[in-house]
Amino acid sequence: MNEYLYPIVFGVIAGTIGRMLMLRTDYRQYPTYLHGKVIHVALGFIAAALGAVAVPAILEMEFTAVTFLTVAATQFREVRNMERNTLTEIDGFELVPRGKTYIEGIAISFESRNYLVIFTGFVSTLFYILWNVYAAIVGAIISLLIAKFLQSGSTIKDIVEIEHHPVHFDGAGLYVDNIYIMNIGLQERQEEIRKYGMGFVLKPKNMNSITTIANLGQRQAILHDISISLGVIRDSGTPALTPLIKRDLDDGRIGIFILPQVRDVERAKKIIGAVPVLENAIRMPSQSKVHNKEAN
Amino acid sequence: MEIEKAILAVITLNESRISGGAPIFICEKTEELEQMAANLEAITDGIAHKLSDEIFIIVKH
Repeated sequence: MNEYLYPIVFGVIAGTIGRMLMLRTDYRQYPTYLHGKVIHVALGFIAAALGAVAVPAILEMEFTAVTFLTVAATQFREVRNMERNTLTEIDGFELVPRGKTYIEGIAISFESRNYLVIFTGFVSTLFYILWNVYAAIVGAIISLLIAKFLQSGSTIKDIVEIEHHPVHFDGAGLYVDNIYIMNIGLQERQEEIRKYGMGFVLKPKNMNSITTIANLGQRQAILHDISISLGVIRDSGTPALTPLIKRDLDDGRIGIFILPQVRDVERAKKIIGAVPVLENAIRMPSQSKVHNKEAN
Repeated sequence: MEIEKAILAVITLNESRISGGAPIFICEKTEELEQMAANLEAITDGIAHKLSDEIFIIVKH
């Protein structure tokens, strides 16, 4: 038996466990239960093996062997493509689509999690070989904690204040607070919207969040998440009943108009607050040198 | 460039203020106008928008 066998096995197991911990199937139901998960656990296993095997390769002075990590990078970029394609394909059949930004966010996280798994496998195996199995366990736990920390981004409630405002009509115009949403011509539709519609206003806490929540992808993600969690009153062929988010050009607040099946204000606020802030929507004007020079 | 929005139909009580390319439906009463708009909305999968009390348009978004 090879001296590296146990360290490698340990690294592979630690990495695979890490991937399993990072695979959450929550209200989003993505990755889909069972088969979608199997794919990702299997890829996580491969990633963990790559990370674990890299250590003995380096110790044996087989530096060329490390180049296979580049193959891994290509492979996992492919994972991102795969996720993006699948989600884009099925997005057309959602009553309230996720939107491209949300999809890209999901795809990115699938790719990056595989790299975190490689890292876990690498650290665990390295610690095992350098010291002993206990050090390896500590190393694995630390890298899992790092992975867990990197996995969770901020949510909407961190960057805005959420207020409930009933929807109202001014003539044919539908409004949430003072934000114009759309023109609804038919009396009958207006009745439906008065009955089922709910309005919320998100008030950005600072300059950064104004730009972030103005992002169309971020807005679509909010609508998608609410519609999943609270249900949505609409069907194909009823474009008048479409949840919408519009922006107040004056101060950057956004008005959310939704048609949930569960009309519970507190729950809706919680759900809006828990929507992830999409990495691709985040802007930091406060980090700009010019901006700061003018502001001071 | 692809045209994303289009007026599919115009429904009106006042014939004199309408002309142009979209199909025009002329009604006599407000109830008839609303009924016509509701039907056309359902059939065309568009949205009925109210421009004034006597003009509705159906728009595909």
